[in-house]
Amino acid sequence: MHFTKPSPPSDDKRWRIVEATMRRHGYDPYALIETLHSVQQTFGYLETEALQYVAKALRVPLSKVYGVATFYHFFTLKPQGEHTCVVCMGTACYIKGAPHVVSAISEKYQVQPGETTSDGKLSLLTARCIGACGLAPAVVFDGEVAGKVTPEEALERIGRWTAQ
Amino acid sequence: MTPEELRKLAESQEEARPAPRHRIKICVAAGCLSAGSDRVRDALQNEVTRRGLENECEVQGVGCLGLCTMGPLMLVEPDGVMYQNVTESDAAAIVESLGKKPVEQLVCPSDMSFFTKQYKIVLENSGVIDPEKIEDYIARDGYTALARVLEDMSPQDVIDEITRSGLRGRGGAGYPTGLKWSTVAKAGGTRKFVICNADEGDPGAFMDRSVLESDPHRVLEGMAIAAYAVGASQGYLYVRAEYPLAVKRLRTAIRQAERLGLLGNNICGTTFSFHVDIRLGAGAFVCGEETALIASIEGKRGQPRPRPPYPAEYGLWGYPTLINNVETFANIAPIIRNGGDWFASIGTEKSKGTKVFALAGRVKNTGLIEVPMGITLREIIFDIGGGIPDGHRFKAVQTGGPSGGCIPEQYLDMPVDYESLAKVGSIMGSGGMIVMDETSCMVDVAKFFMDFCVSESCGKCVPCRVGTVQMYNILNRITSGEATMEDLALLEELCDMVKYTSLCGLGQTAPNPVLSTLQYFRDEYVAHIVDKQCPAGVCQMRQ
Repeated sequence: MHFTKPSPPSDDKRWRIVEATMRRHGYDPYALIETLHSVQQTFGYLETEALQYVAKALRVPLSKVYGVATFYHFFTLKPQGEHTCVVCMGTACYIKGAPHVVSAISEKYQVQPGETTSDGKLSLLTARCIGACGLAPAVVFDGEVAGKVTPEEALERIGRWTAQ
Repeated sequence: MTPEELRKLAESQEEARPAPRHRIKICVAAGCLSAGSDRVRDALQNEVTRRGLENECEVQGVGCLGLCTMGPLMLVEPDGVMYQNVTESDAAAIVESLGKKPVEQLVCPSDMSFFTKQYKIVLENSGVIDPEKIEDYIARDGYTALARVLEDMSPQDVIDEITRSGLRGRGGAGYPTGLKWSTVAKAGGTRKFVICNADEGDPGAFMDRSVLESDPHRVLEGMAIAAYAVGASQGYLYVRAEYPLAVKRLRTAIRQAERLGLLGNNICGTTFSFHVDIRLGAGAFVCGEETALIASIEGKRGQPRPRPPYPAEYGLWGYPTLINNVETFANIAPIIRNGGDWFASIGTEKSKGTKVFALAGRVKNTGLIEVPMGITLREIIFDIGGGIPDGHRFKAVQTGGPSGGCIPEQYLDMPVDYESLAKVGSIMGSGGMIVMDETSCMVDVAKFFMDFCVSESCGKCVPCRVGTVQMYNILNRITSGEATMEDLALLEELCDMVKYTSLCGLGQTAPNPVLSTLQYFRDEYVAHIVDKQCPAGVCQMRQ
């Protein structure tokens, strides 16, 4: 076994953040999930080159890295759109009409949950539960949680993005 | 820091802060934060500064005040006035009113049953202290339980006290905590681990999130006491990555506790050391199962393995491991402070203490509540929850998330405890409680949970991986009016098969929502199949 560190896929400075995470865990294979979190937080998604690099650096087979990356819902292998709209589909939100919010957005922008519009402007996602059940139905617009959202409100907020 | 120094620090906290004439406590936990409470806090602070009242009035961000649906909530002390739905533009009026008549139109009646019927142990500091200040926690007797344990209790004493309290695991299954601790304590070997399960995956549940966001030190203190009792020196907090605020506050809390010598090496000047690290979950419901959680901490896919051996003997990296839920750990410090007998005096014969519930769905007052075990469902939903809004009728209450069941009206007067809930086909679960009225279709609800289980099944064992999909397909046929009565019989057979042959709790409990709705709302299934009609008008029939 050789212990030379592989070099990052590109000379993008952001790789230093990922390297720091791996160093903190002593390049231990156990740190795989922590490292993938770091990559996703830094780059927004997990691209193939990133998975290959992490596999080499932590000495974990690429198949295992891919297995972990696809097992957990939080990780995404595709880049997100410019704006993201996450509709909570937890039980409380479901009971209070979250499916109507999803179908309204889905129809107007021709995008299925989990997908990004063809112009790359909007990603529509659903979440299992964001824990804002008291505010059901809840929608996260670009990281900002909004409560008691009606389909009209959701379309209006998204409309503001696409108008820009 | 020695116990003596801790006491002094707590006292000096009291003295060092000459209580300002007024203190405005505004909730900055996730619920109110998404309603804009951080902006309101800044507006209040600006208003106080503008009027030069910095010495008279302190604006403080605190944890969850409970009534999330009315957020942002705030509490003005010492008057004890509570305001609801506060906006930035109300800041001036509120600061103006200090010491005078409260701002009438914003007042939230704090004498309503929502507040008076609760009994707070786990949430005692929630909404009272600033979760980002360890001094606030210490001033409220924080870490005194840990200091007492280290000073004059043996590990066995601690386990005896917990056993005497009758505390049972709050993650859902209700395994006696004292017994679990003593198993890990008895396990051989020098290396042991303590894990806090904060992978709150149930859709419709946010208890752990609120505890972590409102009072993170209480969980750390509970973990440290557990570590001392079982002989561990390393702990992991497994938190959902979807809870960034909770993660941030935990990181702050760990750093503060380490700085004061309440975590880390030589805690309170003794030879006891305990380190806590955070591990982020990545959105897999199955990781709430203890062996899957361990696999995830080890950096692998979160797939469970057969038990025994239980993690108490063979856990993280093969070492004896204690795994408890957030709420279980949050109960530890009060039990040590007040004694196991005190805790055992609350609740019912077999279920002691209190339980935190996330009350949501079709109910007037949604939010976070803590009630003594043995309270009836009717009291929770109609007194605390304020009943069903908009003149609708109560239909069922769902407890335990995808592993639980729907409880109909005839059982509303049943006491809430582990055994009673199990008897009617549901479970206590981690504490999600979703109220439904006649606008919810029970078959659709069962389908919703089955869809959840299909996507969350880890794929390791066949009954769960294939069985849940088959059940979902049948439910789908029923809700679109394409099923026959034979399908219903097959569905029941599948429920039985998946329940008794799956590897882990996820599969074993996945049929529960179907079984309980079949038991109490069979007529709705029949209406879909025979009459091709959805009584609630939710499902779209193909024909």
